[in-house]
Amino acid sequence: MTQPNDDVILRVDRLNVDFTFGKMNLKAARDVSFDLRLGRTTCLVGESGSGKSVTARAIMNIVEPAVISSGAVTLFDLKEGEVLELASLDPDGAEIRAVRGARIAMIFQEPMSSLSPVHTIGAQIIEAIMLHQDVDKHEARKRAIEALRDVHIHDPERAVDRYPFEYSGGMRQRAMIAMALACEPDVLIADEPTTALDVTTQAGILKLIRELQVSHGMAVMFITHDMGVVAEIADDVVVMLRGDVVEHGAVEQIFHEPKHSYSRALIGASLGLNNAEARPAPPTEGTPLISARDLSLFFPGQRKLLGKPDPGVQTLKDVSFDLWPGEILGVVGESGSGKTTLGRVLMGKYQPEAGEALYRTGSGDVRDLADRNSFRDKQVYREIRMIFQDPYSSLNPRMTVEQIIAEPLWVNNIAKGAAMRDRVAELLEIVGLSPAMMERYPHAFSGGQRQRIGIARAIALEPRIIIADEATSALDGSIRAQVLDLLLKLRDELGMAILFIAHDIGVVRYFCDRVVVMHKGQIVETGTAHQICDAPREDYTKALLSAVPSPDPRNRKIMPPLSVAE
Amino acid sequence: MTMTTENLSAAEADKDIVATTEDAQLDAVKPGLQYGGTESQWQLIRARFRRHRLARVSLWIMAVFAIVAIFAEFLAPKDPHDVQARYTYAPPQALHFIDRDADGWRIKPYVYDYKVEVEAESLRRVFRIDETKKIYVRFFAEGFEYKLFGLIPMNRHLIGPEKKRKPLFLIGSDRLGRDMLSRLIYGTRISLSVGLIGVSMSLFLGVLIGGLAGFYGGLFDAATQRVIEFLRSLPTIPLWMGLSAAMPRDWSPLQIYFAITLILSLLGWTELARVVRGRFLALKSEDYVSAALYDGASHVRVVLRHMVPAFTSHIITAASLAIPGMILAETALSFLGLGLQAPVISWGVLLQEAQNIRVLATAPWLLAPGLAIIVAVLAMNFIGDGLRDAADPYTH
Repeated sequence: MTQPNDDVILRVDRLNVDFTFGKMNLKAARDVSFDLRLGRTTCLVGESGSGKSVTARAIMNIVEPAVISSGAVTLFDLKEGEVLELASLDPDGAEIRAVRGARIAMIFQEPMSSLSPVHTIGAQIIEAIMLHQDVDKHEARKRAIEALRDVHIHDPERAVDRYPFEYSGGMRQRAMIAMALACEPDVLIADEPTTALDVTTQAGILKLIRELQVSHGMAVMFITHDMGVVAEIADDVVVMLRGDVVEHGAVEQIFHEPKHSYSRALIGASLGLNNAEARPAPPTEGTPLISARDLSLFFPGQRKLLGKPDPGVQTLKDVSFDLWPGEILGVVGESGSGKTTLGRVLMGKYQPEAGEALYRTGSGDVRDLADRNSFRDKQVYREIRMIFQDPYSSLNPRMTVEQIIAEPLWVNNIAKGAAMRDRVAELLEIVGLSPAMMERYPHAFSGGQRQRIGIARAIALEPRIIIADEATSALDGSIRAQVLDLLLKLRDELGMAILFIAHDIGVVRYFCDRVVVMHKGQIVETGTAHQICDAPREDYTKALLSAVPSPDPRNRKIMPPLSVAE
Repeated sequence: MTMTTENLSAAEADKDIVATTEDAQLDAVKPGLQYGGTESQWQLIRARFRRHRLARVSLWIMAVFAIVAIFAEFLAPKDPHDVQARYTYAPPQALHFIDRDADGWRIKPYVYDYKVEVEAESLRRVFRIDETKKIYVRFFAEGFEYKLFGLIPMNRHLIGPEKKRKPLFLIGSDRLGRDMLSRLIYGTRISLSVGLIGVSMSLFLGVLIGGLAGFYGGLFDAATQRVIEFLRSLPTIPLWMGLSAAMPRDWSPLQIYFAITLILSLLGWTELARVVRGRFLALKSEDYVSAALYDGASHVRVVLRHMVPAFTSHIITAASLAIPGMILAETALSFLGLGLQAPVISWGVLLQEAQNIRVLATAPWLLAPGLAIIVAVLAMNFIGDGLRDAADPYTH
């Protein structure tokens, strides 16, 4: 292949990657072609299973157990004029290893599992430098400290000797980036690097990647399923669906004149969440269902044999709120803000030291959810139901869907035998699944479908309140929107109240009537979704909101807008 | 990857797909599973176990051992307690199938008789194969009387010499002229049942104690953990020796047999208790267990319906890995003369005969029980490994 004239550094040409399971042959990537250019960010978008990660791995030639069946990945050396074809190299050979890390670097979604827990951050960066560059240990250490300084890690001289567990999630991802960039690669591949992070941390990482790209002049390939992130950082966008590239173009064109219906649907789903008109909140009159006053919970630290005792955490501090009948109350905050603990307290898992959470039951009496005895007769469990965050661990893999959904009906003596089966079928239909699927086990379902099964289990007892703990955070964009719509529909039909716990303030505008913003165990702001999203009063809320990526490349919030000269 | 089979066929026709990819996946199947998602845990485990070839072969081997143990009387050609002083340390006879004589040949199994000579210098009896005398071997031959399953009186055996008292020592005979093959077959029954009964007893203790410790935690958990650590720190051989020395000498072989299995299981439950406790602790934090509690299920139901099925496969694995330990422990005890005593026949008791190096030099076939132990222990370990890999079909 000849050297292209412009600044193309890497060309993927009609790449095919196959997985083989026995006799089945699955094409994970089919005729994928695109270019990466120096100084530009190319985003690969698509839902899980669309072939984005496989494509990234094929570039590094680490696709095992799959195989690259055809196609070429060509890496150009713009200074030397050399051309290297990567896809045909031996995956374990010296040539490709000289490319990995040195000319193409990769960062992953979960930084903790990519960092060795038994070596210091510095040792790992130094190793990467010495592997690819001809420098002595002293010089490598100096470069490692520089690299950490570049990614804005505070006090890099000392941070270099710390272990990964001493870093926060965001710092670990920064350290990973420092390691990836230590050898000054031409191409940085980032595989969902911010998916596991809070929005504010995500904003910081996105900004950092953009900044480093400009200062190093490298090409960035960014894999994500979040259209907001794409709009914030992309120059070019490749939309993938089930192994195919369905659309490929500049970010402006993809967002404002999408050609393919799938791109339109993806953008529509993310715009829908952000541009939704705030609905009028249901009247907050009469008596609230739950009235929580001054809930405080302190987790004492572990007593240690040696060293300083762990001071413990004040997880909840004077938390007060009301949940009115039929409303959707959002509880938002970063991880560690105490929002999940709040949900657990209401379900009787923890008993707060102080405060009360008065719940008015369906039969009219008042129970204090802060008191363990309120849960004795299971009436509260029948009326307050929970939807869990992780659709994989919340369904027992050893029970059929029918058994899972029927469990609350059976143990509460609501229905047995044929009546129970009919009710399960009805519930499955309500959540948009086919009743024919009730004999299957959870492993046959996708994440979104599993979450629907979890919802069917929650509404089986016709609850008065549903506590949804990050119920949609594990789902991809368009599926998240579908599940939110399902919950909205159920709220309207069944009239229950929903306590929606989320770290993503982006979905709140679309989904919630009122919002409680939590920070470090305290409620910092309470208001209608409209007011919180459009006119936040507190600085913390403003910071949270400004970190949410905006799904419009013309209206970038985190990144500086694209310069016209580009 | 959540690539789906349906995508293969659907994607071509379906170039214009809207965002409802989820609906298109409704009938989709995950890779690696060629089923429609209606397989229970046990079907998945079986499918994965079948892929473990060594474990599959081992399972067949253990099945053979089990059949041998169950039908020991029928399979043994001779009475294992029958002393034939003429044939002490008789070497193995080769079994021939084709009988040739002047009339031609026919299929009729036979062995050659022995010729006994006395060596002049050492005054040692030496057996030579006497090719002039054939002892015909019959299937379903009449032999010693026994009761099959302790009920049905019978005297037929799978194979036996045509005449009852004729020598038939396919793997040789021992010090008293008893047939080693028959003794090995009888020993299989005792040795395997010690393993099985011992493991069942330690399983009961382990599941009960480990389950309680894991589910309730707290003080009980801490106490049992210390006890387990203490028991595991004891040097086993001296402890066995002490315990079996404390057994009254006048106990019947059956009582000794049960006492030995009890001693073995009293020390063997600790490993299983740890496995069970660990699984309980891990499962307690699973969301689906919380979900069952929030469904209003009682503690008993949560444990039995939601938690136990999640680790029965692990328990079976741990148990099958514990059986070889039991077999080896019994062998070691009996070998040292502290476990089962003659006339009970176990592999360890048989190996006692092989303690003397000079005896071994003249009669190496006395080591045959050692071979049986090695095969059985290896097979059980492979089965355990296969089960462990197959045990949790939901991990990736």
